[in-house]
Amino acid sequence: MSDKTMTADEVVSRLSSGMTLGIGGWGSRRKPMALVRALLRAGIGDLTVISYGGPDIGVLAAAGRIRRLVTAFVTLDSIPLEPHYRAARERGDFELTEVDEGMFMWGLHAAAHRLPFLPVRAGLGSDVMRVNPGLRTVTSPYEDGETFVAMPALRMDAALVHVNRADRLGNGQYLGPDPYFDDLFCEAADAAYVSCERIVDTAELTKEAAPQSLLLKRLAVTGVVEAPNGAHFTSCAPDYGRDEEFQREYAATPWPEFAARFLDGDEQAYRSAVQAWHQERP
Amino acid sequence: MNTVSRAPSPPPTRAEYCVIACAEAWRGGGEILASPMGLIPSLGARLARLTFAPDLLLTDGEALLVRPDGTPEGWLPYRQHLALVAGGSRHVMMGASQIDRYGNQNISCIGDWTRPRRQLLGVRGAPLNTLNNPTSYWIPRHSRRVFVEKADMVCGVGYDRAAELGNTARFHRIPRVVSDLGVFDFATPDHSMRLASLHPGVSVEQVREATGFALAVPDEVPYTRDPGEEELRLIREVLDPAGARAREVPEGARG
Repeated sequence: MSDKTMTADEVVSRLSSGMTLGIGGWGSRRKPMALVRALLRAGIGDLTVISYGGPDIGVLAAAGRIRRLVTAFVTLDSIPLEPHYRAARERGDFELTEVDEGMFMWGLHAAAHRLPFLPVRAGLGSDVMRVNPGLRTVTSPYEDGETFVAMPALRMDAALVHVNRADRLGNGQYLGPDPYFDDLFCEAADAAYVSCERIVDTAELTKEAAPQSLLLKRLAVTGVVEAPNGAHFTSCAPDYGRDEEFQREYAATPWPEFAARFLDGDEQAYRSAVQAWHQERP
Repeated sequence: MNTVSRAPSPPPTRAEYCVIACAEAWRGGGEILASPMGLIPSLGARLARLTFAPDLLLTDGEALLVRPDGTPEGWLPYRQHLALVAGGSRHVMMGASQIDRYGNQNISCIGDWTRPRRQLLGVRGAPLNTLNNPTSYWIPRHSRRVFVEKADMVCGVGYDRAAELGNTARFHRIPRVVSDLGVFDFATPDHSMRLASLHPGVSVEQVREATGFALAVPDEVPYTRDPGEEELRLIREVLDPAGARAREVPEGARG
């Protein structure tokens, strides 16, 4: 069995401009931010990004790396509107495929199940149909004859997710209350890269947590990155909560200034800059 | 004879009428999930659960189903929550940046969607919600900017659009819209919005003035019901002792 550990920079060396990337987590929760920061450093752009959006979308949009975004929302949760995403969207910087949260979920299921689409009772009657002229409907072949949206599979070239623990083989474990959709992202992707707070021996995974916390199966995982604090500044319960203070700073700071102070160097430089910023606080 | 009398509690505030009006949305709902979005709907749902709707299920805003005191009683991660919507055992109260006379709701963006003047949240789960379970709305500041002739990007489906969908919209229902001025429903022949009750201290004129479309107004408009003594005690001492509700609906700000 192969050791799949690699660095964040090795992950992005396998990605290229123009790809379709899925990003796990939800809003400002358990986002693979260390991998996203590595992506920013690598200069990869022209991306189609599929995400229940949070600051992952904010930073990629602000840095001009997104060609097309597929989402149902972008939010920082405790700050409802993501300011850097909003600015980019109001400038018309990228194309948007805006779908409903449930449509998005069934799009992931369809992709994971190698189906072209799944029928969904959502979208019809709303302007989701108007702004996505390519969406098709499907009629039940049974007696009911109901019409549904045929939500197309959200296949992706690569998925990036962040979990609490993983072993070197790619078995990934979440210890917080919600798996979000990270397993589906991995199964919907040709290659899935998992960052985690800590890499542990396989036997250790089930010592302190129930087996149903083993969310990601190694057969669907390509690479494993140990990235402590790798979801910062989003939450990664129970290892840490959202860094609300820093998130407020992110939201209130003009992008060029934020990027210059925090994103100019590598991940270690980011951590040092964040630490220095916190120490300046009264 | 007991001569010790309790000082009468201060009269209900506008925010407290709003809590009552939101709570009433879940009356008779039975054993379903209450999904309130925003502070006052959350207080309303918990008040309903503690009083007249004891079978309601509540979440902690994350992945747990909790009793009103926070004790977990179940697990509801997002994937199960979305699946539960499709099953229909839920009554959600969403916000609305815009809502029109038929209840078409917008939380996505203001202006032309292709290049919005103001990007908001996105459609979120509104298209799914409105076709699958009862969806009510809470609007903390009633104005012509929110109650509009036409929503710029329809996220939550209104009655006119639902009517065109036939069988697909058979679960569509918008039980009520609650604002800081009153309660509204769609109990009219064409399912256009109707003033159902005024919060005490608000006039019909004031509501008309703050509404960007012609609202159906019955000859006699009742007032939103008063909270009972026990309900007031629960709101003030148990559910929101810090008084956060007054920040969402400030007292005396509007008539």
